[in-house]
Formats: sequence, C-alpha cells, structure tokens
Amino acid sequence: MSMENTGWDGFEIGAMLRSFDGPAKDIALTKQEDRNYSKNNSFTASVADWRIIKPVFNKDYCIDCQFCWVYCPDISIISRDKKMLGVDYDHCKGCGICVEVCPTNPKSLLMFPEQKDTEEAIAEWPEKEKKEK
Amino acid sequence: MGEIKKIKNLKEFSTSADRFEGANLLCPGCAHSIIVREVLNATNDDLVLSASTGCLEVCTAVYPYTSWDASWIHIGFENGSTAVAGAEAMYKALKRKGRLKQPDREPKFVSFAGDGASYDIGFQWISGCMERGHNIMHVVLDNEVYANTGGQRSSSTPIGGSTTTSPAGRVSYGEKQNKKDMVAIMAAHGIPYSAQVAPNKWKDMVKKIQYGLEVEGPVFINAMSPCTTEWKFDPKDTMMISDLATDSLVFPLYEIIDGHKLNITYRPKTVIPVEEYLAAQGRFKHLFKDEYKHLIKEWQERVDKQWEMLQRREEAGV
Ligand SMILES: Cc1ncc(C[n+]2csc(CCOP(=O)(O)OP(=O)(O)O)c2C)c(N)n1
Ligand code: SF4
Ligand code: SF4
Ligand code: SF4
Ligand SMILES: [Mg+2]
Repeated sequence: MSMENTGWDGFEIGAMLRSFDGPAKDIALTKQEDRNYSKNNSFTASVADWRIIKPVFNKDYCIDCQFCWVYCPDISIISRDKKMLGVDYDHCKGCGICVEVCPTNPKSLLMFPEQKDTEEAIAEWPEKEKKEK
Repeated sequence: MGEIKKIKNLKEFSTSADRFEGANLLCPGCAHSIIVREVLNATNDDLVLSASTGCLEVCTAVYPYTSWDASWIHIGFENGSTAVAGAEAMYKALKRKGRLKQPDREPKFVSFAGDGASYDIGFQWISGCMERGHNIMHVVLDNEVYANTGGQRSSSTPIGGSTTTSPAGRVSYGEKQNKKDMVAIMAAHGIPYSAQVAPNKWKDMVKKIQYGLEVEGPVFINAMSPCTTEWKFDPKDTMMISDLATDSLVFPLYEIIDGHKLNITYRPKTVIPVEEYLAAQGRFKHLFKDEYKHLIKEWQERVDKQWEMLQRREEAGV
C-alpha cells in the first residue's frame, strides 16, 4: 500500500496484543508457570544475550529475606512460597542489583562471567568476611 | 477481589504473581520497572493501565511484544492520564446503566508517565484529570530528565544537573532552574491523596499505593526513579543511589491528604550529607570543581530548607 494513494482512513489506527491465549482471569493469583502466555508476551522472549556477567545463587547462605526479589528490575528472581529458588536466566540482564542488596555474609548471590560454570562458581565461593574491629 | 491485599512483610510480598514481565528493553538496573512491580504487586485487583511515551512505554511495548499482563493502553506522550480517565468514565457510565459484564470486579485505573510527560508536556491533561475528580492514580516515574530521547532537561531536573540541553562546561554549571514541586501543585487541586515514594522504601510505597487505590477520587504519586544512563552510575548501584536520595532528604518521603494535611512517612536515622548523593552520580561531577563547589553548599541549604518546611507543615496539621 503506497503512502501516496492512501488517505488517513486507510491506515491501521491501532494495534492490540493479547498477553495470554484463551481466557485470562485472576492473573494476579496465577504463577508464571501456570499461565497461558501468548507468543506476543515478552515473557516468551529472552534477553540472556545482553549479559556479560551473571548472578550465581548459592542457597547454602540464603536466609530468604527476599530483598533480591523485590529489587530485581527484571522479574528474574524466582521466589515461591517465600523461598528464593534461583535466577531466571532468560530474563536476567546481569545488572547486579540482587548481589548488592543481598545481606548475608558471604553473599548468597555473586556475579561471575557469563561463561562460568555454576558448580565451579560455587566451589570458589568466598569465606565469611571478618568484620574489621 | 475488592479486599486490600495483605502484605505484612517482604516474605509475604514475595508471594505476589507479577503482572509485569521481563525481556522488556529497559536498561539493566532501570528503576522504572522496580517501581512498576511494587505498584502492581500492591494489589490483586483487575487493572486498567496506561503509559505515556517515554522509556517505560517504549521498552515494554515493542511490537510484537507486550510486557503487560493487564489491560494496558498507550496513545501519546501527553495523554496517558486522560486515556485512563476516559476508560474510568466509561466504566462508571456502564456501571450506572447496569451494563458491566463482570459487575463483581472493580478494576483499578492507573496511569504511568515520566517526568517529561507529567511535569511538562502532559501537565494540563493531568491537571484536568485531577480537577474533574476521576477515580484514577497517576504515577510519575521521576528520573528528572527526558531519558528516552537522549537526556534533555525537564522542569523536574534539579539545579546543577548536566543534561544534553543544559550541559555543564566552561560557561555553565548545568541546569539553572530549580525542580518544580509537582506534589504540592497536584495537592493544590484539593485531591484526596498525593505522595512522594521511592523504590528502596518498598513498604512505604505499598502502603501509599494501597491507600491511593482505595480512596475515592484522583491520586498523584511522584516516584523517584534513579536512571543509570542519565544520572550516570553503575547499574548495580540503583538501590544504593535510592538510599542516598532518601537518606540525604533530597527526596523526602511524605504524603498530603485531602490537599492539605501533610505527613512525613520516613525519617532517616542518620541524615547523609547531600554531597554524598551528588558525588555518586556523573551528572553532578562538575560541581566538585573549585569554581562550582559553592553550589554544593547551596544544595545542602535548599534541602535543609525543604525539610524544615515539610516538618513545619506536618506540625501545623492544617
Ligand atoms: C508530543 C510529543 N513530544 C515529544 C515526543 C518525543 N518524546 C518521546 S519520549 C520523550 C521523553 C520522555 O521523557 P519522560 O517523560 O521524562 O520519560 P522517561 O523516558 O524519562 O522515562 C520525548 C521527548 C513525543 N513522542 N510526543
Ligand atoms: S542481575 Fe539484575 S536482572 Fe539479574 S537477577 Fe540480579 S537483579 Fe535481576
Ligand atoms: S537477598 Fe540473598 S539472602 Fe535474601 S533471599 Fe536473596 S539470595 Fe537469599
Ligand atoms: S535510560 Fe534511564 S529510565 Fe530509560 S530505560 Fe535506561 S535506566 Fe531506565
Ligand atoms: Mg524522565
């Protein structure tokens, strides 16, 4: 359709995207894994290739305080039933906020190079830091 | 539905099922999405949302994707507030005529917009919504700059901030005008609730959002949104910058009820010098040169004066 031959009425005046396939009710009470996401929902996309560093979770030190959950901008901290379960690496952009806000000593989340093996990272986990007197 | 969601502590809050999705295109560490998550997770009610043009809108509705799991509309830069107000007016009309398909479900109407879209370009639209008394909430994602178009100054940019249209250099220290006091201007409409919030104080945020969603009539929320790109700090430091902002009282947290009664909602245990807040951001770097150092003292005096004024207004209780 060429611009020249089209009046204003000829153009699409808007677009509607459905976030879910089929009926969607009580989404606020439905966990992500139970939702019927449509292909237009960015949940089905990935930004994993934005990262050069990634957060690794070490559950041994975690106290389930949920600071990482509330301050993660990208809904990439998976918490269920008040427990921190891990990182959603499809949506994590590697900002590092979760590591900064983690209060444990040593931290339960630390940044590593993207290509680092998780088990290796956990094997290298730092010891508890001594408070300076 | 219809009941206020119970959020006693952070663990309880973390059982929320987010209605905002990842793989949006906001910068890593962007506070806009932290704020949006805290706002949406404050309720389980159905939502009718809008976003005015700006980082939030542009990055969460990139065809063929949407990052919103609730009804969401975008029209233009200036009129996100009126889009939601229109939907609210239609809802009321259908309700009056008994034509609601799900009369048992009462949606909440919330519009999100940047400071550019709120303090400047959508100003009269928002003012109209407040004056007409729509039952909506307008949330400003206040990063004190037109971030989405490359960092131009807005009437929210504070004195001394270097932006692409108020650049600091040999002849200028950056922005010359003081930040517009939008919370006061909106409160002056006599609306039932206006408040300032910050993402680091999630509990204060949730309390205010829940109050605002329950109260009948227009609500104005100014949410401080540290912008890693334009404020120039490392993405991992978004929460640290937020803490510096609230604890230096550069962004005091307070609410104004019924247009006049002011309550301070957060008092830092230790007040941090404003200098520390400024020093943590590249946009204020030039203020630490000898010729501009006096401006840091002026900053501190302005912040002290503002805090004094807020305390006096709270005490007066009028
Ligand atoms: C009427 C109109 N004027 C200008 C623009 C260009 N524009 C798009 S986004 C934007 C900046 C938005 O700034 P702000 O509202 O502060 O949101 P932020 O991106 O900072 O979150 C501008 C100037 C537009 N889309 N429409
Ligand atoms: S690195 Fe950033 S995006 Fe990734 S999980 Fe941590 S806070 Fe979320
Ligand atoms: S911030 Fe750290 S301790 Fe708290 S839930 Fe997250 S990983 Fe666990
Ligand atoms: S430019 Fe600033 S406001 Fe915009 S997406 Fe990036 S961090 Fe967020
Ligand atoms: Mg802005």
